[in-house]
Amino acid sequence: MTTKQAALIGGSAREITFGQAINEALAEEMRRDPKVFILGEDVAEAGTPFKVLSGLVKEFGKERVIDSPISEAAITGVCVGAAMTGMRPVVDIMFGDFVTLTMDQMVNQAAKIHYMSGGKLKVPMVMRTTLGATRRSAAQHSQSLHAWFSHIPGLKVALPSTPYDAKGLLKTAIRDDNPVVFFEDKMMYQQKGSVPEGEYTIPFGVADVKRPGKDITLVATSSMVQVSLKAAEILDQAGISAEVVDVRTTAPLDKETIIASAKKTSRAIVVDEGYERYGVTAEIASVIADGAFYYLDAPVKRMGAMDVPVPFSPVLEDQTVPTPESVVEMAKTLCGRR
Amino acid sequence: MAKNKTKSPASIGREQWLRFYRQMLKIRLFEEQVNQLYMSAKMPGLAHLYIGQEAVAVGVCEALRADDYITSTYRGHGHCLAKGAAVDKMFAELLGKVNGYCRGKGGSMHIADQERGNLGANAIVAGSTGIATGAAMSAKLRGSDQVAVCFFGEGALGQGLLYECMNMAALWKLPVIYLCENNLYNEYTHYSETTAGEIEARARAFGIPTESIDGQDVELVHKTLQRLVERARQGDGPSFVLCSTYRFHGHHVGDIDRAYYRAKKEEEEWKSKRDPVKLLTDKLLRLKIADPKLLQKIENETRREIEDGVQFALNAPYPDPDEVDQHVYA
Ligand SMILES: Cc1ncc(C[n+]2csc(CCOP(=O)(O)OP(=O)(O)O)c2C)c(N)n1
Repeated sequence: MTTKQAALIGGSAREITFGQAINEALAEEMRRDPKVFILGEDVAEAGTPFKVLSGLVKEFGKERVIDSPISEAAITGVCVGAAMTGMRPVVDIMFGDFVTLTMDQMVNQAAKIHYMSGGKLKVPMVMRTTLGATRRSAAQHSQSLHAWFSHIPGLKVALPSTPYDAKGLLKTAIRDDNPVVFFEDKMMYQQKGSVPEGEYTIPFGVADVKRPGKDITLVATSSMVQVSLKAAEILDQAGISAEVVDVRTTAPLDKETIIASAKKTSRAIVVDEGYERYGVTAEIASVIADGAFYYLDAPVKRMGAMDVPVPFSPVLEDQTVPTPESVVEMAKTLCGRR
Repeated sequence: MAKNKTKSPASIGREQWLRFYRQMLKIRLFEEQVNQLYMSAKMPGLAHLYIGQEAVAVGVCEALRADDYITSTYRGHGHCLAKGAAVDKMFAELLGKVNGYCRGKGGSMHIADQERGNLGANAIVAGSTGIATGAAMSAKLRGSDQVAVCFFGEGALGQGLLYECMNMAALWKLPVIYLCENNLYNEYTHYSETTAGEIEARARAFGIPTESIDGQDVELVHKTLQRLVERARQGDGPSFVLCSTYRFHGHHVGDIDRAYYRAKKEEEEWKSKRDPVKLLTDKLLRLKIADPKLLQKIENETRREIEDGVQFALNAPYPDPDEVDQHVYA
């Protein structure tokens, strides 16, 4: 379902920001289920540095919106234990770069416990964190590490690109009985979009065709969905019709929609903000190569963050991630228009 | 520290003494059987024997309710049995059989028993300190009076996660007991080469009350834990217990040639003078709580239980190969 369709069926249309959509999803889920609580650094009165959680502590109290010490490993580990014993924690990891400190708890504990116990124990928790460069935050506050988690069996990974998707996917994440890592593009928190008043969820593993087209497919994630949509507009003026497929979750991955789109357009570029090497783009490109090889008129191309630590200086940083212009160039090349 | 605040533990009755004996003997005989299964190549993977440390697991778990939580380590057979697991399903898990506790997917290092509050053995040193602390947090948030005990070896003192967790547990007065079994060795290295300063001071720094006790004395372990469990249940927060103990065997079953890291003489001393099962047997006879005939009867029954359990596991089927991709997601 597209954002527009959703706004039509879901009650009165209204525009709210991506940050408000997240806030609303959390508030609704906490009202619905007393087992849901939030743990993280500066989450209560401060509402996080991005103010995404503003006001939640007022409604739910410090018992359920809990300021933690600066201990990412323990925040995560404690939530694993709480999830195993009847709670549904939402972990807040301020910057996506700090997930490095949570890795044992996510990769060796949360992801494995259900399997190792032969299906007896469950870890229903969500880790919310950020991704995205171009905030001039330099190498330790700009990375997009979602590929790491997508690599691990037992974890689910969601990457919303609009306020509508953010709300629906987060509600699904909280209700899921598995550990879910939920990446929010920190450049997107102020972006507005229509979100219906009513309650809705978006299933995992269902990609969304954000814009239909017939000459080339742009498969995109998170921040790169907006970049691809802009690229599609520019391409349209050049007479190239681009279809934009937003995968929405990398684990599970909706292979069918991606393959169907590549078959239809016969060309594909995968655009993602994670590092390019060994990244999400490689996986999706391989899915297309496997599923649509005989329909392709050109090799599948990948575009991701440059394989360098993210530099501080704006002129340097802006080069490191795909832009609408760079996507347009690549698309024109693939379409034989250069 | 908070000794006078909580009620003193009830004195140990005859039934309880005999239960200590039965449970400790069960762990001892179970582990001897594991050793044989491994040596005869019937058991896949690794086996880390708990022999020598039985009084800790039993003293602790006998102070817990069935719905209290424990987390355990890769040396976790003793903790699992002490918390009430059945011998047959444990052997089955160790052999990778489908009717094991985890359908053969966990094995020795990951055995869990949800029904008895065992949240699982963990093969990451200190990896379960978060889980135990989280279980305590969950108990508090849910308003239950459950308590969590986090078992770990002194090697875990090198891991930062433990300190992050103790900080949180103290701040939020969580009902968790950090139970350190110092068996002197981190794998093949004496702990004095890896552990600076004073062990108890680490917990004390967070304002967590600390006890240092002889882990070979089941009565002492039990009474200490009764007090600390009661304290945690009342809402008075975490505590830290350091039990001095010793593993009689190597780090794992294949660790035979140990001369380079510990002396034969040291092993002999502990085995002859500090064997927790022998110490308990002597006490039961000395205090006339049991006579040799009764102890023999319990031993015979336990041996039969172990023998039946092993036979059950040896005859049990392996999982259907189709199960390989089941339980990845709930
Ligand atoms: C994080 C981590 N690092 C290293 C290891 C390898 N390792 C397994 S057991 C062990 C020693 C642990 O000693 P201790 O905690 O004292 O437990 P004990 O074996 O004495 O019961 C090591 C280093 C591991 N399992 N996990």
